[in-house]
Amino acid sequence: MTVIDDISDVPAPDAPLAPLLEVRDLHVEFHTRDGVAKAVNGVNYSVNAGETLAVLGESGSGKSVSAQAVMGILDMPPARIPKGEILFQGRDMLKMSGEERRKIRGRKIAMIFQDALSSLNPVLSVGYQLGEMYRVHQGLSRKDAKAKAIELMDRVRIPAAKERVGDYPHQFSGGMRQRIMIAMALALEPELIIADEPTTALDVTVQAQVMDLLAELQREYNMGLILITHDLGVVADVADKIAVMYAGRIVEDAPVHDIYAKPAHPYTKGLLQSIPRLDQKGQELYAIKGLPPNLTRIPSGCAFNPRCPMAQDVCRTDVPALHPVGTARGSACHFWKETLGE
Amino acid sequence: MSESSLPKDPGAAAADAPVVEVAEAAAAKLADREPILQVRNLVKHFPLTQGIVVKRQIGAVKAVDGVSFDLHAGETLGIVGESGCGKSTVAKLLMSLEQATAGEVFYKGQDITKLSGRALKAVRRNIQMVFQDPYTSLNPRMTVGDIIGEPFDIHPEVAPKGDRRKRVEELLDVVGLNPEYINRYPHQFSGGQRQRIGIARGLALNPEIIICDEPVSALDVSVQAQVINLMEKLQDEFNLSYIFIAHDLSIVRHISDRVGVMYLGKMAEIGTDAEIYEHPTHPYTQALLSAVPVPDPEAREHRERIILSGDVPSPANPPSGCRFRTRCWKAEARCAEEEPLLAIPTRFAEVDTPARHESACHFAEEKDVVGAA
Repeated sequence: MTVIDDISDVPAPDAPLAPLLEVRDLHVEFHTRDGVAKAVNGVNYSVNAGETLAVLGESGSGKSVSAQAVMGILDMPPARIPKGEILFQGRDMLKMSGEERRKIRGRKIAMIFQDALSSLNPVLSVGYQLGEMYRVHQGLSRKDAKAKAIELMDRVRIPAAKERVGDYPHQFSGGMRQRIMIAMALALEPELIIADEPTTALDVTVQAQVMDLLAELQREYNMGLILITHDLGVVADVADKIAVMYAGRIVEDAPVHDIYAKPAHPYTKGLLQSIPRLDQKGQELYAIKGLPPNLTRIPSGCAFNPRCPMAQDVCRTDVPALHPVGTARGSACHFWKETLGE
Repeated sequence: MSESSLPKDPGAAAADAPVVEVAEAAAAKLADREPILQVRNLVKHFPLTQGIVVKRQIGAVKAVDGVSFDLHAGETLGIVGESGCGKSTVAKLLMSLEQATAGEVFYKGQDITKLSGRALKAVRRNIQMVFQDPYTSLNPRMTVGDIIGEPFDIHPEVAPKGDRRKRVEELLDVVGLNPEYINRYPHQFSGGQRQRIGIARGLALNPEIIICDEPVSALDVSVQAQVINLMEKLQDEFNLSYIFIAHDLSIVRHISDRVGVMYLGKMAEIGTDAEIYEHPTHPYTQALLSAVPVPDPEAREHRERIILSGDVPSPANPPSGCRFRTRCWKAEARCAEEEPLLAIPTRFAEVDTPARHESACHFAEEKDVVGAA
């Protein structure tokens, strides 16, 4: 019933080193009136327990869609997964039945969404929504679930948790709502958390509080974390490794220190040059020319070629593969050597 | 052109001594000139009422509670702060879109909070605004030409009827859009292009001051840089003064000559960009700066982080004395009793240091949290 033979080709001498989650050649497309929008075109990444992978990209790069595919919450149709494997602890989740996936979702893999206000139900108390995790998944009674909810709220440092457990989402501030989302994701002590822009809607001082809390809890439970974001600053603060996405592909993937010191893809390089820095006053900002492509009409060859300062004829015809750069990184650029070398 | 680019140069030279020197020269240069906009003790309280038949006021949201600053010609003043600190209300007050509860806004010596009718209309021509969200601030049923040309309906003296189309095409060209797009609708453009349309509309009446309320926060990183560069280019070209309101401290540093930090309706600290970012003296500014993630993984080990506890208090019921004291690690009994005024702290008054700028704290102390040096 399960697809165990997939593990065999993973070079894993000792079992704990096998990745917690591995995504292989994932494709996601949406059928729309304007044609087929290819949101994700062959994405590969893996996360180990206790590791933080940042998936970085602009709007429309496919970073959220690939995460939703992992979570199994894509609306199908209009979405379709024509190809790919999502291996969680060695088993391909795409081949599982709906019932099996439900058991993993929430219990093993949990998700934190960007907008806490619209992700929480406004007509149910926070304590009820937190307790729901225990009632549904563990069959606890209402009273026990409520006690657990208070415990969770304490965990994420909501002051006076006992008194506030009956409050409704609108009675909390933005930062506290996001903590409640984190609490809900943590409820069943999952092994993997997917956080989709968890702090984008928050102020910087609150963002720092929330990211701190998330990192601390991750260490405590030794969870894998996939952090989806567009903020290069947040990534530098928390990630172990980065996958940069552009037009549904990973264009560069590397350990966090390498990518900031020496980007190996012109897109990453452009992004890093185009953000103003807090600690230095620059002159004119470097701007990547043009706009991200329309996903129904992705340019031929390398999708970045119309905006790339280094583009040559080969970039317009051949899709670059993810070339290995050193041991632990890869760059999907025909001219990665030149990009690194400059 | 040289006027506005001069104050930006000192930051580029990172060495210590020259910064002090040039910053001072720039400050002296600014002091020479008459400010184009003077804001004095600006107050805006939104009443909270109770009762349906007989309404009575039970309190007020003190959105802006005594804010003062100057804006000089060709200068960019950045205003930063968390949501709810009153920065957007300041923008609306400067535009006279809200009636101030108290205080004055002098535009070239004339108090615009007291103006109405024709006199206000004349002043408004010179103060224009660029809004945050390019998706909702453009009417989806109007063509780009109509949107950019609409200010001319209100101020026909700027462009006579026959000239308007030509003028709109020029404006499109200035902001880097193809003039042939004049008959298109907003939905046919991307976010960055829409923000350019918003900027073209702001430029239409040749204003002297443009108030930008979070102009790039809705845009993708790679497009933000394009819009920021455009705004800097336009400033040099038309000698514009910007009030640049944003929550992204890195962008504010990049574009601003001077920066004001707001907290709960009050100005906590104000100074040149180097003074605020490299020599902050107010604890709130220090906490705010230390919380900004820096895109450099090497920095995460040695950077000191000040994590504030709790949330911003309600502006309807702000703390007594210093408003920041409930989250401040330096707070003492004095902070609850006595409100610190925005002034140069006495301990720095006699010293020649970049820490000598206005800061509203009893215990102002210099601290480099960004690690710029």
